[in-house]
Amino acid sequence: MLRKLLSMTAAAALVAGAGAATADEHPIKLGGLATLEGPFAVPGEDGIRGIRMALEKFGHEAGGREIELITASSDASPDSAVNAARRLVENDEVDILVGPLSGSEGIAVKDYAKDHPDTTFVNGSSAAQRTTLDDPSENFFRFSTDGAQWQAGLGKYAYEEKGYEKVAVVAEDYSFPYSLVMGFMTDFCKLGGQVVEKFYVPLGTRDYATTVASIPQDIDALYVALGGSDAINFLSQYQQMGSAKPMIAGSITVDQSVLGAKGQQRDYLAGTITAGPIADNWDDPKWVEFKETYAEMFDDGLPSPSLFAHAYYVNTLAVLTALDEVDGDLSNGQQAFREALQNLELETPTGTISVDENRNAVADIFITEVVKDGEGGLYNEVVKIVPEVNQTLGLPEDEFLANGFASRDNPSCP
Amino acid sequence: MASITDKTEDKKAAPVLPVWLRGVRWYHAVVAVLLVIYPLIATGFWTVQIGAQSLILGLIGLSLMLLAGYGGMVSLSQLTVAGLAGYLVAIFGNAEWPAWLMLVGAVSLATVAAVLIGWISARTSGIYTIMITLAISVAFYYLVLQNDPIFNSFNGFSGVRPPEVFGVDWRAPLPFFYLTLGVVGLCYLFVLYLSRTPFGLALQAVRDNPRRMASLGFNVTAHRVAAHGVAGVLAGIGGVLLVWQNGQISPGSVGIGPVIDILILTVLGGLAHPVGPFIGAVIFILMENFAIDLIDRERFNTVIGAVFLVIVLFSPDGVLGLWGKLKSWLARQSARNRVDQW
Amino acid sequence: MRLFILTFLNGLTLAALYFIVASGFSLVFGLMRNVNLAHGSLYLLGGYIGFEVANSTGSWYLAVLAGFLSMAIAGILLQLLVFRYMEGQELRQTLVTIALSIILADVMLAIWSGVSYQFTPPAWLFGATPMPFINAYPTYRLFTLAAAIAIGIALWLFLNRTRIGIMIRAGVDDRGMLSASGVNVQLLFCVTFAIGAGLAGLAGVLGGSALSIAPGEDTRFLLASLIVVIVGGMGSIPGAAIGALLIGMTEQFGLAYFPTYGVVFSFLVMVVVLAIRPQGLLGRA
Repeated sequence: MLRKLLSMTAAAALVAGAGAATADEHPIKLGGLATLEGPFAVPGEDGIRGIRMALEKFGHEAGGREIELITASSDASPDSAVNAARRLVENDEVDILVGPLSGSEGIAVKDYAKDHPDTTFVNGSSAAQRTTLDDPSENFFRFSTDGAQWQAGLGKYAYEEKGYEKVAVVAEDYSFPYSLVMGFMTDFCKLGGQVVEKFYVPLGTRDYATTVASIPQDIDALYVALGGSDAINFLSQYQQMGSAKPMIAGSITVDQSVLGAKGQQRDYLAGTITAGPIADNWDDPKWVEFKETYAEMFDDGLPSPSLFAHAYYVNTLAVLTALDEVDGDLSNGQQAFREALQNLELETPTGTISVDENRNAVADIFITEVVKDGEGGLYNEVVKIVPEVNQTLGLPEDEFLANGFASRDNPSCP
Repeated sequence: MASITDKTEDKKAAPVLPVWLRGVRWYHAVVAVLLVIYPLIATGFWTVQIGAQSLILGLIGLSLMLLAGYGGMVSLSQLTVAGLAGYLVAIFGNAEWPAWLMLVGAVSLATVAAVLIGWISARTSGIYTIMITLAISVAFYYLVLQNDPIFNSFNGFSGVRPPEVFGVDWRAPLPFFYLTLGVVGLCYLFVLYLSRTPFGLALQAVRDNPRRMASLGFNVTAHRVAAHGVAGVLAGIGGVLLVWQNGQISPGSVGIGPVIDILILTVLGGLAHPVGPFIGAVIFILMENFAIDLIDRERFNTVIGAVFLVIVLFSPDGVLGLWGKLKSWLARQSARNRVDQW
Repeated sequence: MRLFILTFLNGLTLAALYFIVASGFSLVFGLMRNVNLAHGSLYLLGGYIGFEVANSTGSWYLAVLAGFLSMAIAGILLQLLVFRYMEGQELRQTLVTIALSIILADVMLAIWSGVSYQFTPPAWLFGATPMPFINAYPTYRLFTLAAAIAIGIALWLFLNRTRIGIMIRAGVDDRGMLSASGVNVQLLFCVTFAIGAGLAGLAGVLGGSALSIAPGEDTRFLLASLIVVIVGGMGSIPGAAIGALLIGMTEQFGLAYFPTYGVVFSFLVMVVVLAIRPQGLLGRA
């Protein structure tokens, strides 16, 4: 075993030596970290597609230097994300790392970034609030938005346009849905709306019958933040109980898989409102072009780029644009490059994106409503665009932080 | 097992050396020296991610080997015990306890938990033990996932660092590797020693024939529970090192995946000798890190499952068993060739 | 009060599903002492195969049949190719079936990917049935309950009234004696394994219609079966029924009244039962 180990070390040393000899001309190494294994492989692969699209747009070159992509995989757990980041940074010696995919991974990678001040970390699609609000890292940038931002303006739309005043919440019991609920409730409560009860169901719950039975009857609508298969389970059980209050959905709830799922829930889903960083059916030419490029590049891709592809694309685009601005200069602890990132006004398929002083995105958010396409299918139609949503949802940072991070009980407005 | 190592005892050296040193061979020294110089020639990544991590997972595997190899109890809760110690270090660290108290507290509470698990499962045997410890592991996973005030639910704890003792930054690759190597080395020698003490021998006898041991007046349950306690100490230490290495701990760190991983790497290496889990850990970690270069990473689980299946089907004693077969084959060859240099 | 009745019914119907899965597991263990930790994988695979059949034929009934038959065949294969060679080696069986379940889970992920599938049961099973006190209750869940009771009775009749069932029971009590009296034990083992595995596949379709089938359900139902048979007593069909009831009720009442820690309760129930009766409620020491 030792002989094997040593020979591999020797090989690694050789490779490293060879790299150092040609230091001046060597390409910039870009690490791509996503979940390429396990049940989250589908979003992870779409994230990598996002990186590829950005690289393709720049011809795999930025600031006059070639960009080499090295990918690594996690299984959506923070441990595996740190392991994969370590491999990319310490073994493959990437200059810039794009990733990871999910919220708790993002927090772990941000902490890891602190130990490696010479590498710049740019987010993939992770959307936890704390990553950039709680003890942020100087070298971690996020050009995508967080969970609370995704729901900005949804509460206002629900209250004013839809006339919902009393709402109950059903969501999975962990940090990401907490922040979605916070994004929704911030507006909704301020206007006078009431969230009468919140049902946080433990992760991994499949049988929602009892939760359904507990939902009060005297509500105007139900806010649901469950992902993928859980959403399908919940919806079919909700309907079987004979209930049909209108739905307000978290960004992850009404995705393509739910809209396309086989089942008897189609009629019920129509009229559901939701909000998020992208809208599949937006008719803006830039977005349409992005979608078309995606479809051309990937035969095995999803029907339309997911928000994971979009987030990885936007973040990689920021990296490449900033590299162009500084002519590929990564010297001096990547200082010039980071300044360029900080001051970027990034043109993306979903509008202009910049980052705040915590290096978190300020971006547009789309409010959509599910409508029937007339052929038996369903799609999300854009009903409103909320411009320039920042991480503190318009509040000053200290006031926002004083309210505390989203949790089971925060915020509340019974 | 004891009978195997006893065979190799060197009769000439025996009188001067204490019992537990008698099995020492020249290649043991070579391995020790190589382990010590390894981080000096390897990169930081190879030192920590491959080297230290193999040692740590090997240590947790060693605690399983102690239970399964010597005690005949295959416990799936060893990673859970380790995870509890890791969580406690994070929690006590946040409460800013002094370093020594933090470590003693974490490892001893984890040991108490291990004894409790042992007490529940020792009354059962064989397959029941596996199922009960698996269920306990999953229960612990759900507990930390749901509990906010103590375990910080889904997020767990991040930014966990080893305390600065003697002015050394134990997080840096070299100090961390030597810390791990020293601690794991001591634990390894301890298990070797333990296997030849009266307790260790009685434990192995309980494994082979509990009924006879009971009729000889040995308290079978007490031996099993005590073994869980000792294994708990080892796993607890492993858990502390693991949380320092990862810098964070969350429910995913103690989920069903890592729990099964410990079983896989221990069986992969072999349950017959304490070195087995370490061999298994090295193979497992190399595969985990570099399988992506050889095959599609997406099918990593198929590969690891297939390797595991092949080992279990054809060499129940793991890689050690293969080595044993190879050695006896070589011995036969050399005997046939009458080579005397051996 | 309405919530209590609803929760009670939910617990009862979830227990029904658990019983169907766990009774197969318990049957196999009771006769052969075979520990099949790939039982959850059989559940999920049966569900997927049932889904493919339902998708191509449009018949839900055929899907149920396919789920049962395909996994019954898989069970026979497991017995002939794996377990026959490691009789009495519990640890090896456990490890082999863990390895198999890891591979199966990954292969199923490769074929059916991470999305979830739902069956469309016949129209008469969809929707709600009027009930006193609670207005209405989902028809499909009542059907699951009826199916579990029917399967329970069928198993009882099979084990107590048929020749082969009597042989199986004799085997549970004393395998050596049964073999000595000239019974083809291997054939008996295959039949038992086919029924046990088939029940898992059947449950895959029934459960996939009540909830949905997706990666991870294999582990979930394996764990549920483990807890149910540990609590009820390994190898006892009535024990599986009692265990399923206890666990189903605990889970649903936990979710209704203590949602945060509800999931931990079923494990606590198990630990308490074990501390008092290590062999399970109806198990024989």
